[in-house]
Amino acid sequence: MKKIGKYDYEPSNEEIDRVYQKLKKEAESGGYFLNPDEEFTKLLVKSLLINEKRYGYWACPCRLAEGEKEKDLDIICPCIYRDVDINEYNTCYCGLYVSKDAYDKKVPITPIPERRPPEEERKKLRETKKELPSQLPYPVWRCTVCGYLAARDSPPDVCPICKARKERFERFI
Amino acid sequence: MPEKKSRKSNRKVFLFALSTCIWCRKTKALLDELGVKYDFVDVDLLEGEEKERVRNRMRKFNPQMSFPTIVIDDEVCIAGFDEKRIREELR
Repeated sequence: MKKIGKYDYEPSNEEIDRVYQKLKKEAESGGYFLNPDEEFTKLLVKSLLINEKRYGYWACPCRLAEGEKEKDLDIICPCIYRDVDINEYNTCYCGLYVSKDAYDKKVPITPIPERRPPEEERKKLRETKKELPSQLPYPVWRCTVCGYLAARDSPPDVCPICKARKERFERFI
Repeated sequence: MPEKKSRKSNRKVFLFALSTCIWCRKTKALLDELGVKYDFVDVDLLEGEEKERVRNRMRKFNPQMSFPTIVIDDEVCIAGFDEKRIREELR
């Protein structure tokens, strides 16, 4: 049976190009690098645009999204596993972001193991409330994507370092 | 003594994939290149009960639920685009 509606969306090459250029510029201004294999990277951009249409956010193309933002927050691109994966394996899980060495083609870009915990563990993590000290003049918010810390009443709308949105911040202290 | 079977043609190969995943795309291309007959499902394109059923089946082989996952003869599981292992298993 042919799938209809939201599964039929096919982003145009112009749109893919435009988003790719924007993403590349943003990445490099923040000290990140897109995969230098342009064909590969544009396929990922296309998938991200498809997921935006499907779910309303950039769910990782290489992971199964639940379609509920709350449950998918950790895998909204850039995912919270990107930085550790780039440090350990020179690439993020899907291969969109890579290390400087991989960008300069000093090391190969290969598939890497999945570090996202399985569903049950994630559910437990979501339900665990952290005990936080409350004697500070301001709460400290941590960007789950890049680790940026901000001591203020509420997190910023957009992370000034990695551009992640407000909902990706968690109370740290 | 039974005749040694050709490994490739007699093995049941099933691929759990995502339509948006580039490593899954590479996996399909490799299986095609190797001339392997296989069935696959793009789990992200399923909905409702069908999706749940496929997820439950996949979870038995790969609790991590990572893509691509190849299952051979309902017993061998290859998680991820592990080109070397795929070639070894299905050469």
